[in-house]
Amino acid sequence: MTATAEWLDIGWVDQIPVRGSRTVQVEGGDDIALFRTAEGKVFALLDRCPHKHGRLSQGIVHGGAVACPLHNWRISLSTGEALGDDKGCTPTVPVKIDGGRVLICRASTLKAAA
Amino acid sequence: MEHRPLKPAADTREHLVVIGNGMAGCRAVEELLARDPNRYRVTIFGAEPRVNYNRIMLSPVLAGEKCFDDIVINDAAWYADNGIALVAGDPVLAIDRAAKTVMTRSGLSEAYDRLLIATGSDPFIIPVPGKDLPGVIAFRDMDDVDTMLAAADAGGDAVVIGGGLLGLEAAHGLSLRGMKVTVIHLMPTLMERQLDEAAGWLLKNALEARGQTILTGADTAEIVGDGKVEGVKLKDGTLIPASLVVMAVGIRPSVALARDAGLAVGRGIQVDDHMVTSDPAVLAVGECVEHDGQVYGLVAPLWDMCRSLADGLVEKPSGYRGSVTSTKLKVSGIDVFSAGDFSGGDGCEDIVLRDASRGVYKRVIVKDDRIVGAVLYGDTADGSWYFDLLKKQEDVSDLRDLLIFGQAFAAGGGAADPKAAVAALSDDAEICGCNGVTKGQVVSCIAKGAHSLDAVRGTCKASASCGSCTGLVENLLALTLGDEVQSGPKTMCKCTSFGHDDVRREIVAQAMRSIPEVMQQLHWTTPDGCSSCRPALNYYLLCALPGDYVDDQQSRFVNERLHANIQKDGTYSVVPRMWGGLTNPTELRAIADVVEKYNAPMVKVTGGQRLDIFGIKKEDLPAVWADLNAAGMVSGHAYGKALRTVKTCVGSEWCRFGTQDSTGLGVKLERMSWGSWMPHKFKIAVSGCPRNCAEATIKDFGVVCVDSGYELHVGGNGGIHVRATDLLCKVATEQEAMDHCAAFIQLYREEARYLERTAPWIERVGLAHIVARIVDDEPGREALRARFLFSQSFSQDDPWAQRAEGAEAEHHAPMARFTPQEELA
Repeated sequence: MTATAEWLDIGWVDQIPVRGSRTVQVEGGDDIALFRTAEGKVFALLDRCPHKHGRLSQGIVHGGAVACPLHNWRISLSTGEALGDDKGCTPTVPVKIDGGRVLICRASTLKAAA
Repeated sequence: MEHRPLKPAADTREHLVVIGNGMAGCRAVEELLARDPNRYRVTIFGAEPRVNYNRIMLSPVLAGEKCFDDIVINDAAWYADNGIALVAGDPVLAIDRAAKTVMTRSGLSEAYDRLLIATGSDPFIIPVPGKDLPGVIAFRDMDDVDTMLAAADAGGDAVVIGGGLLGLEAAHGLSLRGMKVTVIHLMPTLMERQLDEAAGWLLKNALEARGQTILTGADTAEIVGDGKVEGVKLKDGTLIPASLVVMAVGIRPSVALARDAGLAVGRGIQVDDHMVTSDPAVLAVGECVEHDGQVYGLVAPLWDMCRSLADGLVEKPSGYRGSVTSTKLKVSGIDVFSAGDFSGGDGCEDIVLRDASRGVYKRVIVKDDRIVGAVLYGDTADGSWYFDLLKKQEDVSDLRDLLIFGQAFAAGGGAADPKAAVAALSDDAEICGCNGVTKGQVVSCIAKGAHSLDAVRGTCKASASCGSCTGLVENLLALTLGDEVQSGPKTMCKCTSFGHDDVRREIVAQAMRSIPEVMQQLHWTTPDGCSSCRPALNYYLLCALPGDYVDDQQSRFVNERLHANIQKDGTYSVVPRMWGGLTNPTELRAIADVVEKYNAPMVKVTGGQRLDIFGIKKEDLPAVWADLNAAGMVSGHAYGKALRTVKTCVGSEWCRFGTQDSTGLGVKLERMSWGSWMPHKFKIAVSGCPRNCAEATIKDFGVVCVDSGYELHVGGNGGIHVRATDLLCKVATEQEAMDHCAAFIQLYREEARYLERTAPWIERVGLAHIVARIVDDEPGREALRARFLFSQSFSQDDPWAQRAEGAEAEHHAPMARFTPQEELA
């Protein structure tokens, strides 16, 4: 992984399936889930549902949300908040796209490992 | 081109030199002249040997709708009349900022007081082998158009790489000129920057209907040819013949000159609000600049920039504040519009209108009562109205209900009550266009007792086809009945007004072939559905089009995508198939080895007579499967809406009470049925005698062997609501038992709703219906059985084997690994 001061280079955008997800393994911590929506936007969340810690990366992505595979909670990809009547929040990780590469925030990633 | 003298005598005005004779450069000069025609002496350098023309009109020239003269913006007389010196066909190669001169290819040197860089952008050429072969071109200037016209005259095949706006225009033009055109697009949908997935799908369909071949998700590996282009090879090995290849994958700001001159360059040449670069004597405008982090590739921002630039040049600075852009265009005669942000997200609400009969899709995205984006396909009349509301950030809460119908409707009615609007319609006003039903007919049908939406659909057919008039019919129900309206059957989900049965019926009746098509034809109210309707639609299409439909992996629940069962800790459990519950030392050894090799913390015997290996990591699944495959075992589908297991007792082979070979029949049933996708999970059991040790009477399909033959039972369930089976019939032979089983499964596959087990299905439709179809109607049973076996001919590929060999590896491997210790060290 190429590293800059603030951002970690994860790979090419098109490695993430559209309406799908890939993960970044963080040694000693929770994985980070990268999502790509039908509109091509990329988001990153801790791969952990606020409800029973389901792997959000394994859920169905629709609109700007992902449905957790364990109990179908819908989690907003942009804020990490549970949608509808459910209450809870998953930490988000800042992402940016540069020249087709996906970069995630180093500080937030370190926090995931802490 | 005429070269005018560059330095008329005794002209002491400041000298403005413009690099770039394109749309931005000339527009900037026009704006300047409009403010003060005498302020500067102007010289324009252009790389092309032509006067200034409208580059965005190259497409109509290619299509044969216009000729070059039609698209000239400023002819030679304009330069002469305004005293502008034009040096065309001699590009500037260097800027010397210290000496304040520019140098051209021919060696001409020209001094400036102010310099304006308007070099526009360069086409991006993807770095694949063969990119320099003759016959490979971009689509940027008149020379490219001439090359394309010459190629089209010779006929043959053309490949356009890039399914964005430019690529599609090139494809359209070449197609009109008689070439057989294939468009290769890397992304899954066309024009993904301007259109959402639904609109991109509509566009692809329309272009294919016009004879173009559109390959989405296609990655170019190389351009092949000996001395000239002969074809394009994709990364999946496909070879597409071509005598012409047009690369239209994108543009990049042309910044080489500025960078060489030491100006500040980011993605483009960096400018301030007055279009001044890091050197106060040098300005820049158009596609080559970066303002406030933004780079633009459209015409509208360019006009805004030129105004601010000219204001600055005559010392009445106004300041450019960036542009909000919209795209309204015709792609191959199809109207398309988009503006703002249509990526959705938090707090955004989609208002979607689909009209399948007119081929219209409209989507307006509202956030905090303001429009933040819009995508229109097929009818763009209201594009500018939406764009105006967007730019002005107007509160649209009063218009909310009528917004999507457009300005005429919303402005006319204002905050009008939609019910009042329906009440005002005359009796002969048409409500349902698909089935030609008037308001009077709907009202009389309601008066005769149709008190729900579903009842209206069932009697007079209003809103039964595409559903776009559902709102009108609901309002008529409310007007006629007041509070007595009965709610209809449950809709599939919040994305549609239709129930499961309606959707299935229409998928078959209209021969629909994909999820986006269903969503368009049946007027889905969301752009890409939800986690309830997508798996259902995927199943219905799979069932309707065996062997033909391409399964959408992203519309499947995780277990079916990963072919294993997710557990609460995120690991998976793996159940290999053991036919009829039989196993042998080789299989048991392989399972034992897997348990040790991958440190599986638990192995359990399941209720369905299988071994379940727990705690396998997602990354290890393919290797586990490879080991199990090597011992001859395949996927047990313990994770699927599919045949799970066939449970058996030992039967007549060993048991002193056994009447028939129940294990043998169980194995045969499992070999016939494994791998089929169903509305929900499906369990079979075969007991060798009425003592029923295999518990066949709580299974979806159960066989109880008796001396005289086989009792066939259906619709049992051992879950929350325990339900014993109904006896379907008794048959004499194994073959008949198998045939009835196949027919029953197929009836269940075709008629039950997604996620409906056989027990509630039979309670809903009645056992009599099942008996009539399976027992009484022999030809019908045979047809069902044949359809099941046909479908099975496509579904009995072991999904584990494909993945053990490396297919879809991205489902299993993380994209990257991050080790904080190493990072921090």
